Amino acid sequence: MDRLDLTVQTGEVFGLLGPNGAGKTTVIKMLTTLLPPTSGHAMVAGFDIQRQPARVRAAIGYVPQLVSVDGSLTGYENLLIFAKLYGVPRSERRERIAASLEFVGLHNAAYRMVRGYSGGMMRRLEIALAMLHRPRVLFMDEPTVGLDPLARQAVWERVQSLVEEFSMTIFLTTHFMEEADHLCDRVAIMNLGHVAALGSPEDLKVSIGKAEATLDEVFSRYTGHQLETGGDFREISRTRRTIARRG
Amino acid sequence: MTAFLRQCLALAEMELRKLRHDPTELATRALQPVLWLAVFGEVLARIRGMPTTGHMPYLDFLAPGVLAQSVLFIGIFYGIAVIWERDLGIVHKLLVSPAPRVALVLGKALSGGVRGLSQGVAVYLLAWLLGVGLNWRPAALAGVALAILLGAATFSTFSLIIACIVKTRERFMGIGQVLTMPLFFASNAVYPISIMPEWLKVAAHVNPLTYEVDAMRALMVRGGSSVFGLGLDFGVLLAATVVLVALASRLYSNLVR
Repeated sequence: MDRLDLTVQTGEVFGLLGPNGAGKTTVIKMLTTLLPPTSGHAMVAGFDIQRQPARVRAAIGYVPQLVSVDGSLTGYENLLIFAKLYGVPRSERRERIAASLEFVGLHNAAYRMVRGYSGGMMRRLEIALAMLHRPRVLFMDEPTVGLDPLARQAVWERVQSLVEEFSMTIFLTTHFMEEADHLCDRVAIMNLGHVAALGSPEDLKVSIGKAEATLDEVFSRYTGHQLETGGDFREISRTRRTIARRG
Repeated sequence: MTAFLRQCLALAEMELRKLRHDPTELATRALQPVLWLAVFGEVLARIRGMPTTGHMPYLDFLAPGVLAQSVLFIGIFYGIAVIWERDLGIVHKLLVSPAPRVALVLGKALSGGVRGLSQGVAVYLLAWLLGVGLNWRPAALAGVALAILLGAATFSTFSLIIACIVKTRERFMGIGQVLTMPLFFASNAVYPISIMPEWLKVAAHVNPLTYEVDAMRALMVRGGSSVFGLGLDFGVLLAATVVLVALASRLYSNLVR
């Protein structure tokens, strides 16, 4: 990860688009306080990631790329544990959990074991988990990797509802250009650790002189590479494992 | 402070709920104590020469050692569980939650303790079936429970630290084995310190497992007494837990780097 300089507006859906190994996950790890930057600074939800990490964590939600729900518990139990970790007051817990489950459409499956969930259901549970404490910013790392088109559509709809109903700012990473195109207000195209281009999908397409271009073409133009390449062995096997678990 | 406690307990509750969904793991973990007590113990009990303190029957002498050993193994297993790819996403989520690292580590330690306690029940049952003279007084049982909790906390946190350093399952497996067996044999779990060669005695004296077994031996069986004194035993266990938890809290975020 070379250098990054950007500002995301409140209520915006911002995407980092790039192949595996472009540095996207590194960026998310830094912004979610999992990884300290080697230099520079960042403010998330109004707090400094290095000087006020605890306040950043209380204000953000995170949907990691790897499966982050426990298969040996029910959907409800996963939410209950995190409600407690995030300090949702006891009197509000049941209602908040029910509302989150309702929002992602899992209220009927709440008391089933998560290991019996489909990949799409797991992802939706992870969204419920991340929004439980009504964060101001939601980070999503490859939100629909490994999902079938129907499940992907369901996730996209949930993300759009999050913005409409809760005014959440969404910061996501993806290597699916269709996802960036569909969901994001603005996109930063990343390759090999640095940002090659930044702007709304429409602006980026216009900038290469072709308003009906795909972001794939935009990517090739700006980086000279195909979106498909990239990623070391560990990254790829990790992505494949995620796909296998969600399949 | 209450938030901190609530966070620790939430993690322990996660463990309890998992156990409630699938208690079969308790049965499979009980197999090792069966082998040690019912086979190894019974065979060695036939030797007349073992100088157990107070001329205790060997099986009575061994039972606390077996309990401590199963708590040790559960603790070490805990570190591995953390770095299975399956759980890594959950570690990400925990580290991004507002719970301080110490709460996460203590919560994990408490979870190890919960499993240790369930193992304790199994070992007590087994020992009783084999005719070991158990001490059923409530104070004694409470003492053993405390020793189990502290012992499980110590070794599961120790295991967590190793996991944070090696980060991959393959490397951990190798190291896990290298550490567990020496810890077990360089203690008074299966034989009294008095018959050890000098060099092993030294090792046993710096091994927290020794003090855990000593406390359990004093409290678990009738006529048991402590070689080091219960104060020192629990003191060592508490100190070991505190030091290891402090260290683990600093290293925990290494898992996601």
